[in-house]
Parts: sequence; structure tokens; C-alpha cells
Amino acid sequence: MKILCVCGLGQGTSLILRMNVETVLSELGIEADVDNTDVSSATSERADFIITSNELAQSLEDHAGKILIVNNYFDLTEIKQVLGGCIN
Amino acid sequence: MKFLEKSLVKIDVNVSTPDDAIRAAGKMLVDGDLVEGEYVEAMVASYHKNGAYFVLAPQIAIPHARPEDGVKEASVSLVRLTKPVVFGNEANDPVQLVFALGASSNMEHLKILQKLLKLLNNQNNVKRILEMKTYLELEELLGGINL
Repeated sequence: MKILCVCGLGQGTSLILRMNVETVLSELGIEADVDNTDVSSATSERADFIITSNELAQSLEDHAGKILIVNNYFDLTEIKQVLGGCIN
Repeated sequence: MKFLEKSLVKIDVNVSTPDDAIRAAGKMLVDGDLVEGEYVEAMVASYHKNGAYFVLAPQIAIPHARPEDGVKEASVSLVRLTKPVVFGNEANDPVQLVFALGASSNMEHLKILQKLLKLLNNQNNVKRILEMKTYLELEELLGGINL
């Protein structure tokens, strides 16, 4: 399973999200390949799930992967709910 | 690496627009010789191009640009705004804490983000930063969370 964390530039915000997503996945005992990138590269990259903010989700609508939205990047509980709700 | 040192933190900054808030936080990085002046304008330009997605949590914005936009050293500064400013992020507006991130291209970038996560993943820390009266309280906080 491939999870892509996406932000505008692919270096700051998406990396913050990736770190917390990796923490949550390990707590949930889920193994996945997690990567981070910017919004324009993401459109051509294969992924089962894309995690991003509401602001960027619209630009990623055409992606084949399922888009998951996280509002608070520092809330591990929210990230856990978002991930746990659709990844088993 | 320079992470929220005293010269990089300003409490009660009075601005009324997101651009000025980003510039206020960025200026401290420039004054500390941590980024070039053009990096600050790249942060503002990124906001105009990509929107307010970097408002990552309620009240918290983390503007940044690319390492090649003029970063000399991995760094994070903070301005706390006197009056909250609306950046255009539906879920997390208005913003009161602006952490400007000087994003370097080396391992220090990862380390500084880990520090930031450790600090901000704890809601009590955020509350204390919103309420602190002097820098000393942040210093205590940074010392206490074993970064």
C-alpha cells in the first residue's frame, strides 16, 4: 500500500504530515510505503491514498488514489481517525 | 540549526494581513543571517500561489519556501500576533501563531521538523505559547520536552 502526503512545495508541510502519519500507522500496526511530495508531482505519482489539506484536495480530484483530508496536522487523534476509518 | 532561540521569537506583533505576518516572522530569520531576504518573499509568493494550506492546525501557520530560495541554515522563528489574522483556511482560521520555517536541504531539516512536531503535537504546549507572558516560559517549555 502506497500513501502519499501532499503539500504545495513538497518539503515542509508534507514532511510534517508524513512524520505524524508514520507514527499513527505504526501505532495502528499498519505497514505502508509513505512518501511526501508537492501537488504538481502528485498528479503523476501512483498511490492508493493521498493525504492532504482541504485547500489542496481540489487540485488532486483527478488522481486515481482515494483522497483523505486532514485539518489539524498536529492532532494524532484526528489523523488516526482519518486513516483508521478507511485503511484496514 | 537555530530553533526558537530568544532572538527568533517575538510576542505580541501587531499586523493586519497574512503577508505582513509572514514577513514579520521571516524578518527575524533574515536578521539572524539564517535566510536571504528573497526567501521571505518566496514564502509570501508561495502563499499567493498555493493558498493557506500551511495553516496546519487551529491558530497555527507554518510558512516556508524551498531550500534553494535562499536558506543558509535550518531554522524556525515565531511571532505571536496581538490580533488574530484570517489567512483563508476554513478549518483553522484565524491565525495567532506564525512559525516561519527556514527549510534546509540537509538532515537538519528533518531534525528541526521533529522538534517542531514534538512541541506542537501537544495541545498543552500550544496553549502555553498562546498565553505566555515572556520568552522565558517558552524556554522552559523547550527544555522540559526533551528535544
